[in-house]
Amino acid sequence: MLSFLFRRILIALPTILLISIFVFALQKILPGDPLLVLAGEERDPETLAFLREKYRLNDPIWMQYLAWVGNALQGDLGISLRTNQPVTELMAQKLPVTIQLAVMSMIFALVIGIPAGILSAVKKGTATDYVANIVALSGLSIPNFWLGIMLILLVSVKWQLLPASGYVPLSEDFWLSIKTMLMPSFVLGTALAATLMRHTRSSMLTVLSADYVRTARAKGLVERVVILKHALRNALTPIVTLTALLFGELVAGAVLTEQIFTIPGFGKLVVDAVFNRDYAVVQGIVLVTAVGFIFMNLFADAMYYVLNPRLRGQ
Amino acid sequence: MSHLKTAMITALLSATALTASPLMAKDLRIALQSDADVLDPDQSRTFVGRIVYASLCDKLVDITPDLEIIPQLATSWTTSDDGTSITMDLREGVVFHDGTPFNAEAVAANIERSQTMDESRRKSELKSITSTEVTGEYQIKLNLAGADATLLAQLADRAGMMVSPTEAAAAGADFGLNPVCSGPFSFTERVAQDKIVLTKFGDYWNADAINFDSVTFLPIPDTTVRLANLQSGDIDMLERLAATDLGQAEADASIVVDSAVSLGYQGITFNIANGEKGDNPWGNDKRLRQALSYAIDREAINQVVFEGAFAAGNQSFPPTSPWYNADFPVPARDVEKAKALLAEAGYADGIDLEVQVPNTTVPLQLMQVVQSMASDVGINMTITSKEFATLLADQSAGDYTASQIGWSGRVDPDGNNHQFVTTDGGINDSKFSDPKVDELMNAARTAPTVAERKALYDEAMVIMLDELPRLFLYHQKWIWAYNDSMKGFTPYPDGMIRLEGVTWEE
Repeated sequence: MLSFLFRRILIALPTILLISIFVFALQKILPGDPLLVLAGEERDPETLAFLREKYRLNDPIWMQYLAWVGNALQGDLGISLRTNQPVTELMAQKLPVTIQLAVMSMIFALVIGIPAGILSAVKKGTATDYVANIVALSGLSIPNFWLGIMLILLVSVKWQLLPASGYVPLSEDFWLSIKTMLMPSFVLGTALAATLMRHTRSSMLTVLSADYVRTARAKGLVERVVILKHALRNALTPIVTLTALLFGELVAGAVLTEQIFTIPGFGKLVVDAVFNRDYAVVQGIVLVTAVGFIFMNLFADAMYYVLNPRLRGQ
Repeated sequence: MSHLKTAMITALLSATALTASPLMAKDLRIALQSDADVLDPDQSRTFVGRIVYASLCDKLVDITPDLEIIPQLATSWTTSDDGTSITMDLREGVVFHDGTPFNAEAVAANIERSQTMDESRRKSELKSITSTEVTGEYQIKLNLAGADATLLAQLADRAGMMVSPTEAAAAGADFGLNPVCSGPFSFTERVAQDKIVLTKFGDYWNADAINFDSVTFLPIPDTTVRLANLQSGDIDMLERLAATDLGQAEADASIVVDSAVSLGYQGITFNIANGEKGDNPWGNDKRLRQALSYAIDREAINQVVFEGAFAAGNQSFPPTSPWYNADFPVPARDVEKAKALLAEAGYADGIDLEVQVPNTTVPLQLMQVVQSMASDVGINMTITSKEFATLLADQSAGDYTASQIGWSGRVDPDGNNHQFVTTDGGINDSKFSDPKVDELMNAARTAPTVAERKALYDEAMVIMLDELPRLFLYHQKWIWAYNDSMKGFTPYPDGMIRLEGVTWEE
């Protein structure tokens, strides 16, 4: 098990390096000069020259990259061109926000998606199946920003039940924090639930037609036991991978949702940073997100290992 | 036991009731359209940053809603007869948030910082000051390279904001992470893209006029969400309500809407002689630019794109400005004249024009309206939308024919003109050059009286309206919406939120 994980981590390292090179190069290809925006409306030439020097923008790109990697290896991801805050500090502020949003969204997705998937597989071809499918399809099709604004107008403005937007840290006020996050995580969660539901359904359908399920039924087991104990367990393995991957996506930032609900997470940070050509911030976020994504992949692999005894022999 | 408790609580409550002022102090929550940049008056550049400074940092002088200069940290000032020096008397008994006393030495240190710090964005604004002399503990003399009529207006904005010299020396360029000024509120906390929290400064010289315990600024970029937050009571005030949301806000009885015409403008800048692309019919022949101007119905733009909430305009100042040249009111649309001008220039059969536009909703809508108006006279306009940083880079490099761009505006008329139209102007992306305009603009910088300056701008405006390196379309209005418990707010054309005298009455 350990050597298996170790191998996976070794494979991940070059991936991270490649990603960082790729993002660095992409940012430089983007048209537009960040300093023209940064130097202020007057664009004073002296200030421009100084800033170019300060942020090493006169150096060749490979030198800029090497300097960045050198600092990054020492834990210094540079400072934001826009606010002067260290990138590591910015991310330390955002990470808990994004993780809370991701976890809560995932809970919504799992609680809605998996039972709906099971139900529509078991009741395949019935009205229940069609309704579940229509709901899932709507979840996928309704744009997050529209659903978000509608929820705000209804739940916050009209009924005044939940805060309209913003973020309160868990440590400051636990319940208020949860309440503030309810709508955005619901919006995100429903979209993911649709994906999960579809996968659970097809995976369950495959398993339900397997020989051992027929055997279980032939043994005279109650249908509930057949489905939950025999079928579901096996059907869930691909769902675990999917969940881990979706979670990685969530950490990468739910850009639109964060924008609508003004949640100061990764998504909002990276969008603002791209528009302001805040190179160091974009670079830092992509690095951390890539690591997060790879970690979630690893986690999925490890879960496979745990769930599927057949792998352990290898 | 419980009796004792009740008695104690009753006593406590009545004591509070006796001592509490009739106005409940509270935390004021203000939503901004975007997040501020670095909170160092010498380094920052954003409009929302200035809104935060209005509560955080006092300036040497301030403005009235009519753009007159009034005392703030400087109580009075005199300009020498030849205009080459200004002597300021300073307010006594003022301290910075860290306890450092405010005096002439502090002002000298601030001006030096603005002029010499590498990261300073204020250098050009204070260029005319050659040296400072501390002539008393509370008196300072600013020596100027020559008469500078624009300086006081600069000191009414970021260039005149006083930061604690102690903290500035200690923090250097990192000052913005923990700004220390002398304004009504002191810096408490900032979470990027989430909030900036300021707390009432007990030792503020005008503390009696401040009725809030703290003020929190929350960046909420989506205008619908900003308004929803106000309606649900999560915030108390918002800036820059979208014109399209005006109806909804005005229909809500618990919301007050206020507005002021901004100091800036929006329009189209033409490439006259900036690089190879300047050599095109639109850059070479002013009659084409005039034809486009006649093709546009500015009031219709205001009605269609902004629901009539903004102000149509044709000059670098809004028609409500004291600097506006009243001899040239906003022209009516004249399709025949536009066609005649095109024919005169040799384009009776029509001509193409490519305009670059920032890729956000309002500029795109604006230019689509202009596009359809232009097509009526035979101008075939293509709209190229670019992300702002790209648009700016192309414009600066001369890689454009025409560009839809605006200016946030300055208190002094010089700020809306000199740098755009004089031959060596720092942001003259048109590369427009006219010796007479140069002469008038330079003279307006040094002319001693307002009347003389007005005459010079009036004369320059005649040439600018004929040449049209910049074609003006409209002037934005700052629109604030706030809870009706908030009383005493005054709209200013600079778009700032000044909290002196503002109260909260439940």
